[in-house]
Parts: sequence; C-alpha cells; structure tokens
Amino acid sequence: MSLGNIKRSSPRALIVIALIAGLAGCSGAGRVQPTGIDDPHEQSNRKVHNFNKKLAGSGNGSGLAHAVPMGIQTVVHNIAENLSMPQVAVNSALQADVKGFGIASYRFLTNTVLGVGGIADVASEFQIPKHDTDFGETLYVWGASEGPYYELPFVGPSTGRDVAGRAVDLFTNPLSYVLPRPEKYIGTATGFADSVFKNSRRSDAINDVLQGSTDSYSQARLIYLQKRRYELSRRTGAPVTYDDPYLQ
Amino acid sequence: MTHICNKMNRRAFGGGALAIVLARPAFALTADDATAFIKRLISDIYSVINSGAPETAMIRQFEELFVRYADVQIMAQYALGVDARSATAEQKSAFNSAFATYIAKKYGKRFRQFIGGRIEVEGSRKIKAGFEIKTTAYLKGENPIEVIFLVSDKSGELQFFNMFLEGVNLLLTERSEIGSMLDMSGGDLNATIRELSKAG
Repeated sequence: MSLGNIKRSSPRALIVIALIAGLAGCSGAGRVQPTGIDDPHEQSNRKVHNFNKKLAGSGNGSGLAHAVPMGIQTVVHNIAENLSMPQVAVNSALQADVKGFGIASYRFLTNTVLGVGGIADVASEFQIPKHDTDFGETLYVWGASEGPYYELPFVGPSTGRDVAGRAVDLFTNPLSYVLPRPEKYIGTATGFADSVFKNSRRSDAINDVLQGSTDSYSQARLIYLQKRRYELSRRTGAPVTYDDPYLQ
Repeated sequence: MTHICNKMNRRAFGGGALAIVLARPAFALTADDATAFIKRLISDIYSVINSGAPETAMIRQFEELFVRYADVQIMAQYALGVDARSATAEQKSAFNSAFATYIAKKYGKRFRQFIGGRIEVEGSRKIKAGFEIKTTAYLKGENPIEVIFLVSDKSGELQFFNMFLEGVNLLLTERSEIGSMLDMSGGDLNATIRELSKAG
C-alpha cells in the first residue's frame, strides 16, 4: 500500500477507525458465549423472513446453479476467495491470530502469483489449509456481546455484532485502497456472484427445511445462532459441556 | 427454608444414589466400545445408502437403524419437553414412535448427499453421560462437516442420545420444532402426535 493511496482515502479511513474505536468501546467483557435467544425485533424480523422465504421458494436460485457450468462457478469462487484474503489477514491480525494471518497472506501470495490472479486455487494443491474470518469474529474476540438477533433481507439470519462487522468489512478491504477503479470492484462483484451461486446450490436443502417446518422462522433463528456460536467458539473456546437428558 | 432445603437435598441424594446403583451396567463403558459402536452405525447407514433401494424403502431402513442404535425414549422425552410430564403412557408411546418416523424421514432424505462421500471417526472424549464421538463427514463438492454423536449406556445398553451437525444440536432443534407444533395445536398433544407422524 503506497502512502499516496492512504492519503487520498484518509477521510474514509478516519471514519472506519472511528467506527472501530466506537465498537471496541463495548469490549473488555470477555468472551461469554450466550445460550439464550435475544430477539426484540421479532415482528419486523418475521416480515423479512417471509420475504426471504418467498425469494428462496421462487426457484430462481437453484435454476441459476444448474444453468451456469460448475467450472465457471469454481473460478468465480476461487477469485472471490483469493481477493478476500487480504481482509482475512487484517482481521486475523486484529484478532492476534498469527497462524490465521500467515495462512491468509501465504494463500494470497501463492494464488495471486502461481494461480494467475486467483483463478486457480494452487494453495489447496499445496495442502495449505483454508482460513476464513470477518470483522464480526474480530468483535467477538475483542469481547463485544452478541447483540440482538436480526434477519436481513437477501443475506438471512445475523446478530447485532455481525451486522456491525459486515458494515466495517465493507470499508476495510485493503485491496479497495490499493487497486484502481474498476479493478477494486472485482472482489465485491465476484464475492456477490459467489454467494449467489452458493445460495442457489444450497437452496434445495434450505427449502426443504424452511417449507417443511411448522415455524420456519424460529427454526432458522435457532439453527443460525447455534452454528454461529459454535463457529466462533471452536477456535478459542473451552470444550463444550452437554446437557444430560438422563438427569431430567 | 433451610430445613426444607436440607430435606430436599437428602431426598435427592438418596434418589440419586439409588439411581446410580440401579443404572450401573455390569461393565463400565470404555471409549473403545463407544467408538466401535459409532463405526458400526456408520457402516450400517452406508450399506443402506449404497443399496440403491428406492427412497421410501431406505427411509424405512433408516427408521429401523434409528430404533436399534438410538435411545429413542430419552430423545423423544427431551424433544417433547415439559409436556412429557403430563402425558399418559399411551400418549408417550405413540409420541415415541411418531418421533422415530419423523427423524428417519427428515434426516434420511438428507442422506442422499452422502452418496460418494465418507464419514471418518476423529476421536472420543469422556462426558458426564458417557462419551462424545467426533466424526467428520466428507461430502462430494462440499466442505467437510463435523458430526458429533453422544453415546451412553445409561439405558442399560449402548445407544446414542444426541447428535450435533456443525454445532447444531439435534435434540434442541427438534424440541423447538415440536414446541411450535404444540403451540399451533393449542397444546393438544394428540394432534401434535398426528402432525409429527406426517411431518419430516
């Protein structure tokens, strides 16, 4: 990153730093994994859920996954994943995750150079493990609490902490400060296309669960919260203690 | 208050001690037993998947496997939650069999994804009720999924009593789903049992 670039984008950078500082203000509480459900916006969340459900049920999703050849979907996925690595490296550094920082940096260098701009995932051929993280996880590591549950349009279930994380991630991709226009939009565009493909490949399974459930809103909420909490605690957390149904 | 507490503690302690004596199996469950048990379960599931039988036949076979390998009674009781307390014996047994059918149907449909994949046992860990067996499911074209089985012999025989897929607790999730069914029917357990045997 050259100095000129930083200077040019300094107002934006300042906003981001202010945001991070503001959010970090709620840190220091330690990593407490909540078990309950905090959903004060249930009414509006349910409306969004119905919208998302209609979207998933419209069948446009899985049609797309069938129409676009798997080879193209893989290339889009590789490019998007590779372009996200600088941001993964930054978040790993903010989490003091040295190993994650190393993996993300090494993956980015290997795939950009040997994988021709990330088209081929050479790093995986070299048995370099995958690593993914986001600013939502950084906030978790810093001790920010989970916040209320949200269901976002298109994106689906989330939490207050992850909504803030998404907002910050939008502005903190180092590539967008280094690359000129329009190259800097490639990451965003392929990232979006990749998530659309992924959603559409998965939409059969999701549809089954949503359509088959008596209350798909509460099922989606419970499954998301369990999965996200598990994801966040598996790198740092203590071994899980289980409910013993034999004692009840 | 202290008096009541003491009395309750004493009673609870007595009951607990009795339960331990009664439930104690002849031989203590070892990690190897629990791991071998899950390996048998996985290989039985795969022989159904690879049989190439039509889906309805497969789901019937999955139900048989579920009844054989899982502690259906304790799982169904947990999934029913507080309503299990007021249920009659007939309702409980009807609920148990509806629950087994429901689980076999709902999760059996997903096993289609397992064709061409494999499940590997990663390790075991002692937990209060028995053992946690950690496995990884490698599905074609997907990232590996962590599947955890909780195994116990507290029922008198070796059985699994819960499963976690990428941290998602099967019993907890189904307790919520069945709770929604009970809410929908205004707390009518018989209606919920009918609903459950159709669902999945």
